[in-house]
Amino acid sequence: MDPYSAWPWYVAGPLIGVVVPLIYLYSGRKWGVSSTFRDICAATVPGGLEYFSYAWRTEGGWRLTMAAGLIGGGVIGHLLAPETAVAISLETQADLAGLGLVNLGGLAPRQVFSWSTLLTVPGIVMILGGGFLVGFGTRYANGCTSGHAISGLASFRMASLVAVLGFFIGGLVTTHLLLPPILGALP
Amino acid sequence: MSGQATGSGTSGSTSSAPARRESLLPYLVLGLYLGIVFTRSEVISWFRIQEMFRFQAFHMYGIIGSAVAVAAMGIWLVRRSGIRSMIRRPMEFPAQPWTPPGTQYWIGGILFGLGWGLLGACPGPIYVLIGNGLSVMVVALASAILGAWTYGRLRHRLPHS
Repeated sequence: MDPYSAWPWYVAGPLIGVVVPLIYLYSGRKWGVSSTFRDICAATVPGGLEYFSYAWRTEGGWRLTMAAGLIGGGVIGHLLAPETAVAISLETQADLAGLGLVNLGGLAPRQVFSWSTLLTVPGIVMILGGGFLVGFGTRYANGCTSGHAISGLASFRMASLVAVLGFFIGGLVTTHLLLPPILGALP
Repeated sequence: MSGQATGSGTSGSTSSAPARRESLLPYLVLGLYLGIVFTRSEVISWFRIQEMFRFQAFHMYGIIGSAVAVAAMGIWLVRRSGIRSMIRRPMEFPAQPWTPPGTQYWIGGILFGLGWGLLGACPGPIYVLIGNGLSVMVVALASAILGAWTYGRLRHRLPHS
């Protein structure tokens, strides 16, 4: 295996999935990441709201620590291999080029995801708007890709199946209906 | 500002054998490990998420599917063995009964999906991308925290279940 190419799905998927039973074995906790947004609110500006009035240190300290690890793991992963273009399919490359994304290098399109483009229409909608919807939606649905799609589906929870269907409905609407006009406003 | 009014009572009303002190070090190690796996498998890439929502490669479906399969087998083994957690905390297996229509899962799920498509990153990868040096993602993180806060503010007025 070329150490610099993407790890194949049959290696990465099991390496991710095994984290769920490992955390159960250690502490009995259910793996999920998006609750860290709630913990951060509770720790900084709870604003007297009931939703943020809980012992965030004892309930959320574990996942905040894991989030710190995720940042550190990103640093290590980045150092392990020089960044090359993500090997997406030729059809996707053609579709994205058709939407005006001429630079497909890096982990995300630099024409949108950079400090200098943050205050353009695509930057505002995709970074600020996308971030807001990720935070609001995961708290409303009480879980994200980790809590619902992986921990939840692995526990055969109907609520998680519905949430994952919602994730895909939203993602398909964005990809096929919203992105063309948004990227049409690229400077 | 951070003084918590919730007191010292622990959350869950569980009262079995005394729990052992929970070291947070294992979570740091798991976070580092996941950050490396997420980076090297490219699941943190906006391009991979686009490829997934366009059904043009199996990569993301294979990762999510095999992660669910391995997690499900692991959970089954843990449940079947009846083993206790190392720190003797009770197991938090999700047990909530499903009550249709599940409004919050539909609306919340769709809103998250819209954001996932725009940002090309779900919560875990937001953190990992910051570590990868895509520093503008701290703005997305701040915006996500604001979104979570807004949900907490509007929660009593939003339809649930």
